[in-house]
Amino acid sequence: MNAKLKLFSYNMADTFIHRLSGVTKLVCFLLLTFAVMFSYDIRVILGMMVLSIILMRMAQIRFSQIRLMLVYVLIFLLTNAIISFFFSPEQGVKIYGTKHAFAEVWGISLTWEQVFYQVTKFFKYASVVPLGMIFLLTTNPSEFASSLNGVGVNYKAAYAVALTLRYFPDVQRDYHDIYLAQQARGLELSSKAKFFDRFKNSLLIVIPLIFSTLDRIEVISNAMDLRGFSKSKTRTWYTSRKLSRQDVLALVVSAVLLLFTVAVSVFINRSRFYNPFI
Amino acid sequence: MSEPAIIEFDHFTFQYYSQAEPTLHDINLKIYPGEKILIVGPSGSGKSTLGHCLNGLIPFAYRGEIQGSLKIQGLETRDLDIFKLSKVVGTVLQDSDGQFVGLTVGEDIAFALENDNVPTAQMRERVAKVAQMVDMDSLLSSSPFELSGGQKQRTSLAGVMIDDVDILLFDEPLANLDPATGKTAIEIIDDIHKRSHKTILIIEHRLEDVLHRGVDRVIVINDGHIIADLNAHELVSSAVLVDNGIREPLYVTALKYAGVKVTSEMKPGHITTLSTELSGHALQLWHEKVKTAAPENRNPSVLAMENVSFSYDGKRPVLQEINFDIREGEMVSVVGKNGAGKSTLSKLLCGFEKEDRGRILYRGEDIRDKSIKERAEIIGLVMQNPNQMISKPMIFDEVALGLRMRQVPEEQIAERVDKVLKVCGLAPFKSWPISALSYGQKKRVTIASILVLDPKILILDEPTAGQDFRHYTEIMEFLVEINRMGVTVILITHDMHLMLEYTPRAIVLAGGRKIADTAASVVLTDAEVIREANLKETSLFALAQLAGIPEGTRFVQGFIDYERGLKNR
Repeated sequence: MNAKLKLFSYNMADTFIHRLSGVTKLVCFLLLTFAVMFSYDIRVILGMMVLSIILMRMAQIRFSQIRLMLVYVLIFLLTNAIISFFFSPEQGVKIYGTKHAFAEVWGISLTWEQVFYQVTKFFKYASVVPLGMIFLLTTNPSEFASSLNGVGVNYKAAYAVALTLRYFPDVQRDYHDIYLAQQARGLELSSKAKFFDRFKNSLLIVIPLIFSTLDRIEVISNAMDLRGFSKSKTRTWYTSRKLSRQDVLALVVSAVLLLFTVAVSVFINRSRFYNPFI
Repeated sequence: MSEPAIIEFDHFTFQYYSQAEPTLHDINLKIYPGEKILIVGPSGSGKSTLGHCLNGLIPFAYRGEIQGSLKIQGLETRDLDIFKLSKVVGTVLQDSDGQFVGLTVGEDIAFALENDNVPTAQMRERVAKVAQMVDMDSLLSSSPFELSGGQKQRTSLAGVMIDDVDILLFDEPLANLDPATGKTAIEIIDDIHKRSHKTILIIEHRLEDVLHRGVDRVIVINDGHIIADLNAHELVSSAVLVDNGIREPLYVTALKYAGVKVTSEMKPGHITTLSTELSGHALQLWHEKVKTAAPENRNPSVLAMENVSFSYDGKRPVLQEINFDIREGEMVSVVGKNGAGKSTLSKLLCGFEKEDRGRILYRGEDIRDKSIKERAEIIGLVMQNPNQMISKPMIFDEVALGLRMRQVPEEQIAERVDKVLKVCGLAPFKSWPISALSYGQKKRVTIASILVLDPKILILDEPTAGQDFRHYTEIMEFLVEINRMGVTVILITHDMHLMLEYTPRAIVLAGGRKIADTAASVVLTDAEVIREANLKETSLFALAQLAGIPEGTRFVQGFIDYERGLKNR
């Protein structure tokens, strides 16, 4: 059960990246993501990817921590690539204005333009993943809430995120206990049972889980009311930190990178796309 | 006291909109600054409602109609909101886990300040200071999962003290705590009271445990009325407790059994103040007279563990070399502090986890290869919270569930369910929805839904948690009946009364090892075991010492046997 929790868990370490405030990390993440999303220049995108991998090294994130996530992302990206190829195989030709066909699949001509376009798109999404992982794994969950609030998300919504993280393991433990107890009463959830029966049987776990969770919610909401939650329009955060020089540095670097990407598009490529075919 | 009252109820009546009758009737009560008050009453007496009126949950979260007046610091509460009240009245709720809002101790303590928009730097300073007052300053960055029950409660206390409130309200502070931690909690509350002179209100039904330290007055509530407003000595020597379904301290019961008329001159409010000048002789005589004649159980073994060891992660052992042998028809309690391995033990018995080493024997046969479902027909487990088990809206369906999933023919099901419902005293409710039942009745439904599978052994996790004396007695006497029908009963519990009164034998776990396996009267008088397992010495033992009876353990055993004799008559 502990292994499952690790998927969400914050990686405690003391590195340059961990020391940055949550708000800084969130803003940097947004700036860099925007930069990658804006640009279709593979040079910029690969540069960004190398940078984020270096940052991941710096944050001492081990491959084993992100392996599962990586597999999901790769599956998603490959499916995406295949589907988008079959839906619009001429997209690359349309964008780059030339057509260099080199093979044919089921009557659809494969062009270098299309390959280049899809490879660019693949790396574009792929390079966001390490950035997101860095943010999630190096930000203390409660700082995460305060940083959401810091970038303008309503604090009640932000706190809901923190509470979910706080009570997730409790509910998970409840689920596990209920599951075992119902199994003792004869519940069968293995593939031996028919699909509809499995659905019906899973209700036998979900219903007690909902009721015991509702009990929990009443206690929490009373405890929060009694200590003045939601009494004013704003709140401060115990975990929020003042921006240090390093925070400012990180913010400036990220902003410069974004400006640089935009500048490359505007002044060099004169479009969001880098066109090697002309 | 010439000072004006800090809390003043004046002809105060409250009725929930969802109820047909008022829950509090015409309450008149004055509490003065710096007083320490204990409010006792059985479940449903209105004592929690009274607390909710003070902290503003009524009418903020629970709506209803208020008549009369309630003034706190001279201000009418109906003109205040919950936020203003929370600056005056700090509330520590009973569920110290559920009310832990923050992800770390520091955050949780700071919660009220965050909501007040206190700047972060100042907040950290104040948190550090308050954490020191409750001895939690070295654990500020710990998460709730790393804390013990007592540490969670200290955190909750710090979380309300940070507002510098004038009144501290404790709503059943002893629920969910093991005996030793509960004792410490009462000591902490008392220390805070002595140091800060805040007004303190404790709502609790476990009278004897609260009276471990002094209180100024005890207020007894029942049926929404104030029944008594006395000091501890007067209260304990009156008939109020017995009449209102509140358990009197065990040593007082013992005095009564010995034929002593308990009067307030004996200072019987606390075992530490009790004078036995007049009663010592009577106690000695009674002690000589009582026969300790518990018949020894010589039935064959029904369940045994042989050298069982277990670890969740393969590194940190949770259970080590556990050996015991339970005979058919026994009623045994398994005790020990949180994390001692009690629930893991029950999981191994039910087959939820598999032992790493050793054997579990049912009637001499290893049951390692039996699946969870198969074991359930031998060993039934009843979880603590009935809501964790109930998954059907109707009582009949809930009890029938285990049989239906075993494809038992429907006519047989009807017959077996009817029989079990009768045994559990639920027959009149057969076609009722479960939502219409009280907590105690729900508990019975969960027991019925396990009993219907006809297990030979029943394991119950904290069967009486949060129950007042009447419900506690009801549930336990019901289990005794089931036990007499031949079902072996294993109780996992923190409740020392339960252990003493209902289980002739107790297995004590500490740090994953079995440290004692003997009569409850021996366990609760053995200083070493008590310390290691976070238990508390029974006041009967102290009484024996006060009365000059050297064989304290035998005195305790005599008390248990005498009481059993009375109940069986």
